[in-house]
Amino acid sequence: MSQLHTVNKSPLERNALESAITHAVKGNALLMIEDGVYGAMQGTHKSAMVSEAMSDISFYVMGPDLKARGIDETRIIEGIKIVDYSGFVALVAEHDTTQSWL
Amino acid sequence: MPETKKFLYVNRKAPYGTIYALEALEVVLIGAAFEQDVSLAFLDDGVYQITKGQDTKDVGMKNFSPTYKALGDYDVNKIYVEQESLDARGLTLDDLLPLTWEDEDDDWAKKDSIKVISAAEMAKIMEQSDVVFSF
Repeated sequence: MSQLHTVNKSPLERNALESAITHAVKGNALLMIEDGVYGAMQGTHKSAMVSEAMSDISFYVMGPDLKARGIDETRIIEGIKIVDYSGFVALVAEHDTTQSWL
Repeated sequence: MPETKKFLYVNRKAPYGTIYALEALEVVLIGAAFEQDVSLAFLDDGVYQITKGQDTKDVGMKNFSPTYKALGDYDVNKIYVEQESLDARGLTLDDLLPLTWEDEDDDWAKKDSIKVISAAEMAKIMEQSDVVFSF
């Protein structure tokens, strides 16, 4: 079973990203949306946690949400793929199930 | 003359994900009409509110970040940003909007409104406020 995890909370305010990473298994995908996109930035207190999880989990981030928050693509952790709304739909379709970490 | 109180608006939430940031800004602008001694504090995820380069057209929401630039015109020119909160998020003063005000006692010189301060200094400002509004 392949699962997609979505995270919509800032990792510096809530533990949704941390918990999603803890519970995702090898081969799963994790998509950061809304305030969750702050988790994709380099140089934060949570960046290392994301980088370390990248060997097992594929990370994606919503481009429009990055843009809204003024986060330039150059500041995204290397290896995280930026998707748009149709990319979000494709991810949901590609995976057997989706779990939202609210 | 009515007594002037020290008002502090504490901003701790990121913009767009919740309504807190926009509501705080509206309350500050309304409150500015009452000529009180107003300060704004940005800490924790609140520092994300005043970052540069916000462009919300692809998410279909109003980009209210340019409105912070109007605060100086309402004599809201004490904007405190917590250093520790910037550090935790990989941000520096350069990532923030250049918020300024014009000092009428100094030939309308343009001055910076933002002061980056430590958590300990922020604690003092909070402690010395008469009224604290939390967002």
